[in-house]
Amino acid sequence: MDYHILREIADSWVLLAMFGFFVVAILWAYRPGSRATHKDASQVPFRNEDRPASDMETGK
Amino acid sequence: MKDFVKLVALGLIALAAAIAANFARDPAYLIHALLIMAIAAGMFIWQLRHVGDPAPEPDTGYADGVVRAGVIATVFWGVVGFLVGTYIAFELAFPVLNIEWAQGFTNFGKLRPLHTSAVIFAFGGNALIATSFYVVQRTSAARLWGGNLHWFVFWGYQLFIVMAATGYLLGATQSKEYAEPEWYTDLWLTIVWVAYLAVFLGTIMIRKEKHIYVANWFYLSFIVTVAMLHIVNNLSIPVSIFGAKSVQVFSGVQDAMTQWWYGHNAVGFFLTAGFLGMMYYFVPKQAERPVYSYKLSIVHFWALIFLYIWAGPHHLHYTALPDWASTLGMVFSIVLWMPSWGGMINGLMTLSGAWDKLRTDPVIRMMVISVGFYGMSTFEGPMMSIRAVNSLSHYTDWTIGHVHSGALGWNGMITFGALYFLVPRLWNRERLYSLSLVSWHFWLATIGIVLYAASMWVTGIMEGLMWREVDANGFLVNSFADTVAAKFPMYVVRATGGVMYLTGALIMAYNLWMTARKAPEKVTAAVPAE
Repeated sequence: MDYHILREIADSWVLLAMFGFFVVAILWAYRPGSRATHKDASQVPFRNEDRPASDMETGK
Repeated sequence: MKDFVKLVALGLIALAAAIAANFARDPAYLIHALLIMAIAAGMFIWQLRHVGDPAPEPDTGYADGVVRAGVIATVFWGVVGFLVGTYIAFELAFPVLNIEWAQGFTNFGKLRPLHTSAVIFAFGGNALIATSFYVVQRTSAARLWGGNLHWFVFWGYQLFIVMAATGYLLGATQSKEYAEPEWYTDLWLTIVWVAYLAVFLGTIMIRKEKHIYVANWFYLSFIVTVAMLHIVNNLSIPVSIFGAKSVQVFSGVQDAMTQWWYGHNAVGFFLTAGFLGMMYYFVPKQAERPVYSYKLSIVHFWALIFLYIWAGPHHLHYTALPDWASTLGMVFSIVLWMPSWGGMINGLMTLSGAWDKLRTDPVIRMMVISVGFYGMSTFEGPMMSIRAVNSLSHYTDWTIGHVHSGALGWNGMITFGALYFLVPRLWNRERLYSLSLVSWHFWLATIGIVLYAASMWVTGIMEGLMWREVDANGFLVNSFADTVAAKFPMYVVRATGGVMYLTGALIMAYNLWMTARKAPEKVTAAVPAE
């Protein structure tokens, strides 16, 4: 195995796989119903400023 | 029992360091062995005096002590790094400042890596570690994982900085840009970094929030990628285990490509992804409104991760590197422009509906200008990566100007903003000591950067044009010394910009000190015991 094999794998299947992962990640961000999730996530910095949440508060 | 294990370990380390010092083959190794021996012996004695002490009550609140220490270290190393940078800027303008009796220690060649490592790794690294510990706790609603491991990360990182800096002055360097420290310093950093990853990831795993906030994604990608880059680029074999010198495993163009794969991703993941983590937490907090588009931040993240890793070859245009590789680097660098600007817009638009804060709050002004500089240098960078532009800009001062508009403008300003945000909260103060001093800092730093970047554009393009100028017979018109002479006025302007930036940082240090000492204490309503 020499370096050209690596290069050919890199610019064919690996490229395709990574591009596919990227596209799926973006599509997943725009999936129906993600709005509420993202709205909740974007509020995370405004909670629990002073001390950690206790188990009771989160209900987990 | 645990105390005795610690005592034995510390004793063995001190002994091993003493043996290493005895057999040391060069001054850098000798000094470092003595340093480690002294630290281990000191800790041994401290441990000995505390054997059998009752274990302290475990803390349940946020671990903010390490963040306070990190803030102090950030300010300290920042001032040191800016000071060295300003001094070497004057050395370039006035070579007499390469003092004769201190040759070999304080000349430009020795101080320059000290400056770059001090600002990137000591100032930037401490800022990243401190803010990531602050942010991951708040956004996970959990105390840092791993007991006191975070203190090991903090002090271990300071030891790395001291070993790197003293090593450079004593001549221990493997001559890889931004990866100068020799093999044993690299090994030590690897250990510290794994502990850092464990603390950060551990805290995310025990989080009480459902989501992993986007700032943590950026911080985590920074920690993981830097670990990978650091290990691959520093693959080397020491000549002797009792000496600092090592030999790289790669050679030739492979070594060059590995170095710039490392070098550019140090910019992409250390100076960009990590600091974007800061942006995604501190800008919303200071603006008191959530990030403009959480979806865009996700796209920003994945696009940055997938593109940055390929951009390195643009540092090696017109070299022995194959054309396809340098074209690949160039194309990915240009594509990077889009996610970079998407992120910039996301940061800026977080202020939509709160633009009036720009007038009243100098801290948010600092954050906004930093995001502006992020946009500016991520436009300039892709442009400079184009082969035709690079043929003019490479090896000239334009590159140095570009790096500084990114480092001083983006990294520096967002860190200052984060520090102004953190200090009143960490020391439980109502507000900052003085907002007008923040304004002074803001304007001094901004004008300083403008002087720096503008003078480097002028001198860089001038020098690039002078180098390629040929007469009617095809002979080069200018010698190298001609360009050096022509650059003098711009070098003075650049050094002046550095003085202004340094002055701003000193004002900040004073303001933060007075905030912690003198600003009115925050009065909190009594919280019922839980």
